[in-house]
Amino acid sequence: MNKLALVISSIFAATLPLGASQPAVRVESTNVQGRRDFNEQTRAAVVRGYLEAWQSMAAALQQNRPDLLDRDFVGTAKDKLTDTIHDQVTTGISTRYLDQAHNLQILFYSPEGLSVQLVDNVEYEVQVFDRGKIQTTQKAHARYVVVMTPAEVRWRVRVLQGQPE
Amino acid sequence: MRFRLWCLVGSLAFATLSPCHAQSASMTLPKQVKAGSPFSIQTTGSGKAVLYIVGFGQVVRRELQLGQTASFSAEDMHDAGHYVAALIGQSSTDNGAFDVVPASQPANLSFLAKPSRLPVSLHDGISGAVYVFDAYQNLITAPTPVSFQLSGTSGITQTRTAETREGRAWTQMDSAAKEGAAHFAVHVGDISSTRIIQQVPGDPCALRMSARPSGQKIELQTEPLRDCSGNAVPDGTVVTFTEAYDGKQTTVDVPLKRGIAQAELPAYNGAKISAATGVVLGNEIHWGKQ
Repeated sequence: MNKLALVISSIFAATLPLGASQPAVRVESTNVQGRRDFNEQTRAAVVRGYLEAWQSMAAALQQNRPDLLDRDFVGTAKDKLTDTIHDQVTTGISTRYLDQAHNLQILFYSPEGLSVQLVDNVEYEVQVFDRGKIQTTQKAHARYVVVMTPAEVRWRVRVLQGQPE
Repeated sequence: MRFRLWCLVGSLAFATLSPCHAQSASMTLPKQVKAGSPFSIQTTGSGKAVLYIVGFGQVVRRELQLGQTASFSAEDMHDAGHYVAALIGQSSTDNGAFDVVPASQPANLSFLAKPSRLPVSLHDGISGAVYVFDAYQNLITAPTPVSFQLSGTSGITQTRTAETREGRAWTQMDSAAKEGAAHFAVHVGDISSTRIIQQVPGDPCALRMSARPSGQKIELQTEPLRDCSGNAVPDGTVVTFTEAYDGKQTTVDVPLKRGIAQAELPAYNGAKISAATGVVLGNEIHWGKQ
């Protein structure tokens, strides 16, 4: 299990831009539901896609640029984040999210291979800027339910929903 | 001396009273809000402030007077998720967090079914997964009963019931013995979603041919080909006829037409003729020795 976490962390580290701080990542994928074989390659691709999605989301929300979501988000998750960015633009807000730790558990790989569900107990920091001036910095800890679906070359986030721990 | 004493008393009194004049900003947040429900946030303090509520699903910025209640209508917060809130007053701030949870009534289903076409009588050949959403496209993570149904032309309906876990449920079902379109449906409460699954005949179960003379030729014809459930094998399925005679071999590939395959081969006395399709071998005919 530690080996897997290390592998995932290494894969993710290779994808981060220089200077970006790296979140701690732990992945648990025992007892994945669904009858489909969940192989190592798929698992790595799903986790990599999810962690990269956090980076895209953070950049999109910080710069108020919905186009930055295109690579990693689809469906409901993309629609909601796009709406949020439009709200931010309207109200003069921007938000900066910095994910610090992900504790991922892969729950389900659907038998037809078209979706993966995971939960992430994530620790992150959020800063709120109003017309460019920082208003608050808060640390948050939340449980996210995530549904990802495969696209041409990567897994994309279709549902990203926080819920009470 | 007396003046100094009064100054000291005055300073002490001001120091004691001043916090009452500039009461710090604070708010009382709900722990949870149901998506699409009204709620309010009570603030205390004095002066103006700005309330920020931020999450991945929504952001809110509201200017208010401290001491007032910030009211949110039913449609204001409808995206489930974790939200942080900050009340920024002129001289103090208050922070907190709360969750918006999905509405309990299912309104939308995301139903993934596969395959769209498969052979009959295949065990666990059809699979489906469903994600259950409320009217605001929030995944309903509370356990919800789900029913899957597969009904086909044979009139027999397979039903599986399940309860969602973290908003999803799944099943696997057998394809029917009879060919034709099947309706694969999922029901959650009073909403449903259906996919059409085409069930096609499987491989031929047996192959039998007959032969009759036609001048210098032998006319070969198969019986109508059927799969092991009795469904007619589709036209176009190739049958291979082979004639072996005097160390030589002649082969003819013929597609099925109207369920049967026909071919003509040279009539050699003592020839051995066989037929095959896929992995199925037919009967063998010894020409002229019957």
